[in-house]
Amino acid sequence: MMDIFLQGLDLKSLPGPLPAFRAPAGRDQWRRLCAQVHEADGRLAALWATDARPDGQGFLVHAVLTLVDSWLWLTYSAGDEQPSYPAIDDIFPSAARPQRAIYDLLGIACGGADARPWLRHGAWSPTEFPLRHDFDTPAMPPDRESGYPFIAVAGNGVHEIGVGPIHAGTIEPGHFRFHVVGDEILRLEERLGYTHKGVEKRFGSLTLPQGTRLAARICADSTVAYTWAYAMAAETLCGCHVPHRAQWLRGLLLERERIANHLGDIGALSNDAGLAFGQTQFSLLKERWIQANHRVFGHRYLMDTIVLGGVAHDLGPEGQGQMREECDTLEMAVHTLQDIIDDHAGLQERFIETGRVTMAQARALGAVGLIARASGLARDMRTEFPYLPYTALSTRAITRSQGDVAARVVLRFSEIYESLRLIRDILANFPDGPLLGDCDTDNGTAGLGCVEGWRGEVLVGIERIASGHTHRVHIHDPSWQNWPLLEHAVIGDLVPDFPLINKSFNLAYSGHDL
Amino acid sequence: MHKLIRRLIATGLVSTPRPSAAELTSEARQSAKALVHRLGRALAVRHVDAGSCNGCELEIHALSNPYYNLEGLGIHFVASPRHADILMVTGPVSHHMVAALLSAYDALPDPKLVLALGDCATGNGIFGANYATVGQVSAVLPVDITIPGCPPTPTAILAAFVALAEAAIVPCAGTKDP
Repeated sequence: MMDIFLQGLDLKSLPGPLPAFRAPAGRDQWRRLCAQVHEADGRLAALWATDARPDGQGFLVHAVLTLVDSWLWLTYSAGDEQPSYPAIDDIFPSAARPQRAIYDLLGIACGGADARPWLRHGAWSPTEFPLRHDFDTPAMPPDRESGYPFIAVAGNGVHEIGVGPIHAGTIEPGHFRFHVVGDEILRLEERLGYTHKGVEKRFGSLTLPQGTRLAARICADSTVAYTWAYAMAAETLCGCHVPHRAQWLRGLLLERERIANHLGDIGALSNDAGLAFGQTQFSLLKERWIQANHRVFGHRYLMDTIVLGGVAHDLGPEGQGQMREECDTLEMAVHTLQDIIDDHAGLQERFIETGRVTMAQARALGAVGLIARASGLARDMRTEFPYLPYTALSTRAITRSQGDVAARVVLRFSEIYESLRLIRDILANFPDGPLLGDCDTDNGTAGLGCVEGWRGEVLVGIERIASGHTHRVHIHDPSWQNWPLLEHAVIGDLVPDFPLINKSFNLAYSGHDL
Repeated sequence: MHKLIRRLIATGLVSTPRPSAAELTSEARQSAKALVHRLGRALAVRHVDAGSCNGCELEIHALSNPYYNLEGLGIHFVASPRHADILMVTGPVSHHMVAALLSAYDALPDPKLVLALGDCATGNGIFGANYATVGQVSAVLPVDITIPGCPPTPTAILAAFVALAEAAIVPCAGTKDP
């Protein structure tokens, strides 16, 4: 925090495992700081807004920026009537969609390059803003079929393919608009927001401890990452101390979640490339893994295992022994299967050089998590801003440089081995002690949590609204940064390769749409 | 290729020896046969995610793994609603998915069934009804079968297919239009 450009800011250190500072930013500071952080290779981690009019603060816009060694949570006062703030999408391209979402949900304008709606399709009118505290739920949605102006591509032989929101398989809803010449993709435009279900408003009607159950159900494949990030934010807010054993168990749960998803993805990628054998084998390994979750922690996907102040389930000596054996068995099986997949010429022909994201693109668009690492950027919360148990485990961020589907497959293999190593290390050094710390949820003003889920960093910000004895929760999925990269990854590839490329990203819909 | 074949042989058949599901699997197989007999063809399911958190989808995917082997029972998921007998809906039905959901329902040929899968779809989910969601499938479509759970386990979903076949709730053409 010695950076010279932070002088003049009223910085307040936030407690908790993240090296985070909060500061209000005035009109002249807001864009200048963003530009300086960007120049210093810093990133925009999240951008959102809140209605603080009940506390006499008008509307507030929040940006969380990551610096080399610390996090900066800037808050800009956007005013009361006709609120606005200076757009930052020219500095951080990943701000473009959050800026549109802020307008849809709160009616705060910014003059960004793209003013089309993003999360609002037609469930509420363009003059209503659901996250304003004085918003009334309309009896009937005004217009279910509002048109959306996709960007058109003109030219000889160019035609459009529209896909979704319902897709051929069992996947989440979203719309993809392709412009193609023959089978070659000229342009892809995504439209999301179909699964928007009022999550952030719903948090306001729940107490902080009740909120963990909702956090667990925003994006089921990342339930551990979401509940941990939520719990971390709430625990930071109220200054709650989480016992060591619980912190280590949280790490173990997160690595189990990473392995389960990577197993499923490798199987699905094999299947999409025509090798059903891979799907059968990996779905079997995944099934055994999540059955063990159910036996040990009571839920196949580990929902509700993390609670405010700690964890809900212990892992006894017998369970630890079984888990060690389970890790050994899985590692052997995955090695055998990787050998087969590496040697399979037909499969590799589909994977290699398909859906490429260069390191320059990944850096320019602010990629995070697995997608960033597959393009050579060592972005991993567990190594960049580590906390327990990762500080004690010499965690490695694994990268690949090619940035294609093949790189994202190999990275998943490598991360499975690394997560297995982490689980073994956690079991070998498992501290004794209680599972729950006391949380006085009546105190505190703001908290921040961030966890490296299997997709990337899941961030949660919580602010207390003093006048209403309630709070405002913001959830940020790494897919906000990575969805725009998919639009770039497919350019020049063939339409039939899209499912493969899309699967290699496997981004969140529900976690994004909220 | 020899490695692949060796792995196949080493894996063996995993769906039958599982003790807890073995009984259900055989029962499900018989009941599905009865249902298939009634409908005159294998049972085809079109799934629509109407705002789910993806938890129910994870379990729908799991149904196709070698443990549960749903397709082995003659029940399979289809890409087009026009090929489906059952519309399986997950999620609290976000307003933004209502139009697509109704189009999918209309595209199913009669006789057709609607299955609401999971706590959200059956009106007991944590999201509830709010400015962005209808709150349950039955608010927009006639629901024939419900499967609770968050998410329902693959075994629970299989059991529901069994129950469906036993009750033989196969509506006549035209009686289920909303």
